Amino acid sequence: MSDTTITGTSPSSADTGDGASRSSKSDSASDLDNRARAVQEAPADPQRRSRRLQWLLAGFAILVLALFPIYQGGSLLYIGLTCMAAAVGAVGLTLLTGVTGQLSLAHAFFLAIGTYSYAYLSGEPGGQAVQFGGLGLHPVLGAIGGVLAAGVAGLLFSPIASRLRGIYLGVASLSLVLIGQHVLFNWDTVTGGFNGRPAEPFSLVGFEFSNESPENLFVLDVPFGKNERLWYLFLVILVLACLFARNLLRSRPGRALQMVRDREVAASVMGVGVARYKAYAFVLSSLYAGLAGVMLALILRPTPDSFGLVLSISYLAMIVIGGLGSVVGAVVGATFVTALPALFQQYSDVFPFLAQPGTGGLDAATLAKFLYGGAVVFVLLVEPGGLGAVGRRIIGTISGASRLTKRTVKAANPQDSPTTEAAVSQPDSPRDSGPEREAPDRASNQSNRDEEH
Amino acid sequence: MTLFLELLINGLSVGAVYALIALGFVIIFKATEVVNFAQGSLLFLGGFTISEFSDDFGFFPALLLGVTVAAFGALLIERVLAIRGSAASVNTLAIVTIGVDIIIAAELVRRVGVDARTLRDPFGADTLNLGGVEVATSRVAAIIVAALLVTAFFLAFKYTKWGIAMRASAEDPEAAALMGIRRSRVSAIAWILAGLLATVAVIFLVAFPTPGLDGSVTRLALKAFPAAILGGLDSTGGAIIGGLLVGMAEQLALGYDNYLSFLGGGFGEIMPYVIMIIVLLVRPSGLFGTKDLARV
Repeated sequence: MSDTTITGTSPSSADTGDGASRSSKSDSASDLDNRARAVQEAPADPQRRSRRLQWLLAGFAILVLALFPIYQGGSLLYIGLTCMAAAVGAVGLTLLTGVTGQLSLAHAFFLAIGTYSYAYLSGEPGGQAVQFGGLGLHPVLGAIGGVLAAGVAGLLFSPIASRLRGIYLGVASLSLVLIGQHVLFNWDTVTGGFNGRPAEPFSLVGFEFSNESPENLFVLDVPFGKNERLWYLFLVILVLACLFARNLLRSRPGRALQMVRDREVAASVMGVGVARYKAYAFVLSSLYAGLAGVMLALILRPTPDSFGLVLSISYLAMIVIGGLGSVVGAVVGATFVTALPALFQQYSDVFPFLAQPGTGGLDAATLAKFLYGGAVVFVLLVEPGGLGAVGRRIIGTISGASRLTKRTVKAANPQDSPTTEAAVSQPDSPRDSGPEREAPDRASNQSNRDEEH
Repeated sequence: MTLFLELLINGLSVGAVYALIALGFVIIFKATEVVNFAQGSLLFLGGFTISEFSDDFGFFPALLLGVTVAAFGALLIERVLAIRGSAASVNTLAIVTIGVDIIIAAELVRRVGVDARTLRDPFGADTLNLGGVEVATSRVAAIIVAALLVTAFFLAFKYTKWGIAMRASAEDPEAAALMGIRRSRVSAIAWILAGLLATVAVIFLVAFPTPGLDGSVTRLALKAFPAAILGGLDSTGGAIIGGLLVGMAEQLALGYDNYLSFLGGGFGEIMPYVIMIIVLLVRPSGLFGTKDLARV
């Protein structure tokens, strides 16, 4: 963000030093124009203002979340934990489906791998009706193993994934869930079979994320049990997962992934190895899913039944409702889809129209399904950007960014690509620097040859 | 040997039913480029309507009602999808149908409850003896009905005005539109047909040897996906062959379960998906699907 003088027009974080020098030379006229405009109309750069507002909101949200366990406990806290675990998984799926455009219904499968790998690696052998094994490793090793195992599974599937186009991948990935569930049910020495198996509580340098060791922990006179301790662990994981995803999207590989989604042919012409990047996206998304799976293992007793197609579809619903490709949107969507049924169940006595399940009336689970199914349809048909886009628009309106950006872009360089959006999404476009121009061409030749095989 | 023959006939019958559902997928895909994930709940809707009315009106009037309701439901989905029109990507529209599926299935599961319902089909629990092999009448009926429907469809596809219009707009939507073919009508008829096929399929899907209609029927219908994908999503003939292949493989795997116990109990249930993965590894667009070529 060194180039503060050129407003709106520069995709600041994508610009390297080379980009800054280019714009200062070629756009000097419009630069002046801009500066004059900036003096006239706005005291601060509206885009920066909007970004500052976004950081402010994110910081505020994290602060609220950090204080939450002090004021709330019990089931609300537990629902929050499930939401955070789901959010990490949803961010992973949005990287694959939203950013790279690969429809995947296999997310539940990768979640399950994370969960059960953790449970097996760090668990102790046991079980009454069904004997299951366990390696009894340190939970940290178990967690790392869980994440990596899911990543390896993604890697193994990626040769299929990168060959299949569009909707074929969606259906093929669906089969992964069903086959995976079959394995979970039958491989009971690892999974504990139908009734599942417990997972070890997580611990870090002697501090256990459970009700014991240290026992009776109090922070600000609030008893810190398992859920309170896990809350902070999950919050840290979630924030890191979001930051990583957000930074990835603004990096060179991130732009390449978006290019693969927008137009595969164009991407390969630009020098993006389409098959390779699809495989990257698949592995990355399954790593995220593995992490979310480990988090799930820490808060509930995993059973094979819960890792079915329904779970995959609910993850798809999360990222659609939040807005495909939006990291914050994925978090919001995950909260919406996960918390909704739980909250309805929790407060079913507050809603007089809700019936007990099985009585034939409208029960909480069905109502939640109506709401999120309806939200998926509504979002895709009316506001394809989802809640993420709505949020961005609100922030834009508050900071005046959207209004001003349009005008400054138009005034500043009419000969340039039509919108900032377009400029942002094409990092390798030919207008970038002379010497680098050769490189994409060569690479694209190579990738074309790759595709012919 | 008798077991083998019995499994073969059962497989043919189950496969014929899958083929009907898969044909519905393919018709919709050819006409609108939408993969209809709501096919399972359309089928559920048809079956549910039949089970509601067959007590009072008898089976055949109820069947007529069921077909009407399912076709109307399909038409409704088609209209909803048309809001976005061709601006939306294929994946987006597929996800919309998933959303619709969630809603319809949730409501029907709630209404049906936990007890399996019977559709009161005329075949009941009768069995036929075909050269020493005991087969349920409904299974044989499924083969005959499916064969008739598929023949009728292919004739219509080849000779009727709608069939020609649909093939034309699948081939080149723009040229077809310029020739005066109304795309909206083609796609509406495609969806109605898919609803009809699904409703006929559900009768046999929940008939005698199976316990009846309940929430798990959408999971059964899901197996038509491997069938459609195996054959190639844009190949009507491929859907039939894919359906038969999937049905046979599934029934054989279920029948010889004790030989397959090293793969875990009930491996036959996931057999269709295993075959699909294997076929897709070799042919990414299915057995008879057109290869996706990109022009640069």
